[in-house]
Amino acid sequence: MSNHRYLPMTEEDRKEMLQVIGANDVSDLFADIPTKVRPASSMNIKPALKERDLLKHFTELSNRNVSTKDFPSFLGAGVYDHHIPATVDAVISRSEFYTAYTPYQPEISQGELQAIFEFQTMIAEITGMDLANSSMYDGHTALAEAVVMVAGHMKMKKQRVLVSDTVHPEAREVIDTYVIGPKLNVSSIDQAKGKTDISDLKEKLDDDVCAVVVQYPNFYGGIEDLKAIREACDATGAMMIVKSNPLALGVLTPPGEFGADVVVGDTQPFGIPSQYGGPHCGYFATKKALMRKVPGRLVGQTVDEDGTRGFVLTLQAREQHIRRDKATSNICSNQALNALGSSVAMTALGKSGLKELAVHNLKKAHYAKQQVEKAGFTIVNEGPHFNEFVIDVGSNVVDVNKKLIDKGFIGGLDLGRFDQASDHHMLVCVTEMRTKEEIDRFVKALEESK
Amino acid sequence: MRTKEQPLIFEMSRKGRKGDSLPELDVPDVSVEELLGDSYIRKEEAKLPEVSELQLVRHYTALSNRNFGVDSGFYPLGSCTMKYNPKVNEVVARMPGLSHIHPYQPEEQVQGALELMHELQESLAEMTGMKEVTLQSAAGAQGEWTGLMMIRAFHEANGDYDRTKVIVPDSAHGTNPASASVAGFDSVTVRTDERGLVDLDHLREVVGKDTAALMLTNPNTLGLFEEDIVQMAEVIHEAGGKLYYDGANSNAILDKARPGDMGFDVVHLNLHKTFTGPHGGGGPGSGPVGVKEDLVPFLPKPLLIKKEEQYTWDYDRPQSIGRVKPFYGNFGINVRAYSYIRTMGPEGLKQVSEDAVLNANYLMKRLEPHYDVPYPQYCKHEFVVSAKRQKDQGVRALDIAKRLLDYGYHPPTMYFPLNVEECMMIEPTETESKETLDEFADALIAISKEVEENPDYVLEAPHHTVISRLDETTAARKPILKHEQ
Repeated sequence: MSNHRYLPMTEEDRKEMLQVIGANDVSDLFADIPTKVRPASSMNIKPALKERDLLKHFTELSNRNVSTKDFPSFLGAGVYDHHIPATVDAVISRSEFYTAYTPYQPEISQGELQAIFEFQTMIAEITGMDLANSSMYDGHTALAEAVVMVAGHMKMKKQRVLVSDTVHPEAREVIDTYVIGPKLNVSSIDQAKGKTDISDLKEKLDDDVCAVVVQYPNFYGGIEDLKAIREACDATGAMMIVKSNPLALGVLTPPGEFGADVVVGDTQPFGIPSQYGGPHCGYFATKKALMRKVPGRLVGQTVDEDGTRGFVLTLQAREQHIRRDKATSNICSNQALNALGSSVAMTALGKSGLKELAVHNLKKAHYAKQQVEKAGFTIVNEGPHFNEFVIDVGSNVVDVNKKLIDKGFIGGLDLGRFDQASDHHMLVCVTEMRTKEEIDRFVKALEESK
Repeated sequence: MRTKEQPLIFEMSRKGRKGDSLPELDVPDVSVEELLGDSYIRKEEAKLPEVSELQLVRHYTALSNRNFGVDSGFYPLGSCTMKYNPKVNEVVARMPGLSHIHPYQPEEQVQGALELMHELQESLAEMTGMKEVTLQSAAGAQGEWTGLMMIRAFHEANGDYDRTKVIVPDSAHGTNPASASVAGFDSVTVRTDERGLVDLDHLREVVGKDTAALMLTNPNTLGLFEEDIVQMAEVIHEAGGKLYYDGANSNAILDKARPGDMGFDVVHLNLHKTFTGPHGGGGPGSGPVGVKEDLVPFLPKPLLIKKEEQYTWDYDRPQSIGRVKPFYGNFGINVRAYSYIRTMGPEGLKQVSEDAVLNANYLMKRLEPHYDVPYPQYCKHEFVVSAKRQKDQGVRALDIAKRLLDYGYHPPTMYFPLNVEECMMIEPTETESKETLDEFADALIAISKEVEENPDYVLEAPHHTVISRLDETTAARKPILKHEQ
């Protein structure tokens, strides 16, 4: 074939190299592949596209999707529409970052290592915890790993896990898959009006429970009573694992202050586009006592031979490449570039900006709730909430959303997706991206779409 | 060339500085106290840095200048496939209809995205010889675990509850035994023989009624093709076990040997390796998993299918192992991989494997007179050399790696696989030119001479990086994992 732009070898190069190797033909290098397993014919995939045509093809695919850049969106449920500062893409597009791998050679990876150390610090600050790791795949798998870590920490003497029904349904599904290996038993805690039912929790707690898992703010936007949950956990010696939207912690008391043992979540609200659900970026924060049980990579501060401050991957004895089958987790690649993007977004917000952004979300969502209520819709969940709430739209949400898109809105989440009985319930999310005018028009469109 | 340390972003912070641009609140203002109960309101703000936008940009630019990527220079990190990350992939991944779509938008609003994913699934199935592929797994390690969970479910569906063991070669990636443990299996090690291949006799000894699966990387981590793969597959299948293919090393086999034809039942691929997803300083990756027909019912749900010219998510999969990740996987990385596959086409991908193997063999040949090459037969995409000879002179492989930094290279994967003394695992990839390979070989040869003539200089390396060797022992003994403010 004629030379491809990604392949620098010329025919002349190939000839010279084969000569040095002492082979006649490149096929000699593959002679150890048994004839029996060689493909009978060339692979049947689509032909190559030149860059011009590739861009046309992808533009066409992209244009067949409704983008949240084109229509105001009221979808949340773990993936949020927030402003992404221009600085984020400027930084993560620096190829010294995005074309590097795991910083195994600290002398030429100080940039990445320091960026991760700063990320760990920011996450520990926001969650109110002693320490945080360098990232996990996403918030849901971080939560499942937290469950497995806590059970392991208790030496598998307590094998029951209680997970609130107000935790994201997909996170509960991920936990269900992760606990099969270590053979943990998961039971759910009922909800009462969109919040964890504390009396049900107390009833189900016993000495065999290693962990209680809640979300704060929860899947329905509600704010759990972490103080009461902590007290219930203390009665039987269970650990409290909290999954949190880190933006909400700009205004909410951090789980660390309520004595959470592990706090996990996703930093997607900080500078990461929705990308149809991934890649986002899980975070994992915990107490010092659990430091040597943490899954994934940790960066620590140290000094070089001249006493200059520097950073290294540390406590690697926990990890798969050292401990193999005894590792605390099998995680290897994580979400480093997205953690970097989130660090930039958190830095751009700064101390006061984080709080202000959280407060805007809170106030806009409450304004929207008020307007929806005024328009005659029932609010399904009670009590304070952050930037999400559940309404009864009076008919099938799937149908309502079809009408809404015709009016130029991406409607909220159909809760019938997870529970048939809730097919009139819509989880509405309102972030700082929605203007008052958009909210008002959306409420009007909702009224017309009943 | 030591430079002064880069301050932490927190150390540049001054009260009152801001880098954000939040619009004015345009809804009626209500007090936070009115909306939240007092016990819920955060009393002390999280101590995030307070800097201006230029300070932010300069800080991260300074950090990037203290980092080394494939774009900076040659990065022959074995088993990581540090090939060129095409720029057009970054362009397409940022298109608004691919970057700004929500996972809960109705299917009819995202048909373009679903078509892309379906095309990618089908291409990967074709390349690996598998029946169906899921894109849900986040990375290679999660793909391994997903595959093993399916194998477990398969055995259990056959009433076979006593298959508790997963066989793993001693040369395997560390994730293999770790994934086996996480999936609830015990791992059993099978030895490598003098050829550098799985010891077939030992495999016959360790296989049994308790064998759930054999996990294998082929070409293995020594860069050698497991020639006995057909016999190995027979041994495992006769015992009722399944064959798992760790696709971290698939850069050498495109259009040369499909795992499905080799007898593998489950395959994961690292799209951030063979298929050019950028490594991102450690991720995000993507680890799709393909399976043969008898394992299809156990794939994670939902599974993307095509129904009457529409793409749709199938949740009605009663035997599925369940969900391994939220939503549908690392879509953004899958977009980049699909862009690469469409850029290369079938002939291009075949050339990729041929050039990757040619480059590795050429580099090995050039180094052979100067370093021990424990397995001198033709390699595939990577090979190992041993610094045993240099160790006799008091210089270890680690020192050679540090000296390579001075020459402007990222060192190979060090001390892996574990069964080779003073191991350096080198994977040049197909995107490197002959000149680059020659310069790198010259550097390693020069270092081998330095070891003889001036070993102390190598022992004290690196000399030209921004920082010298770091005290890792203290870092682990007295961990400082965050900045105390």
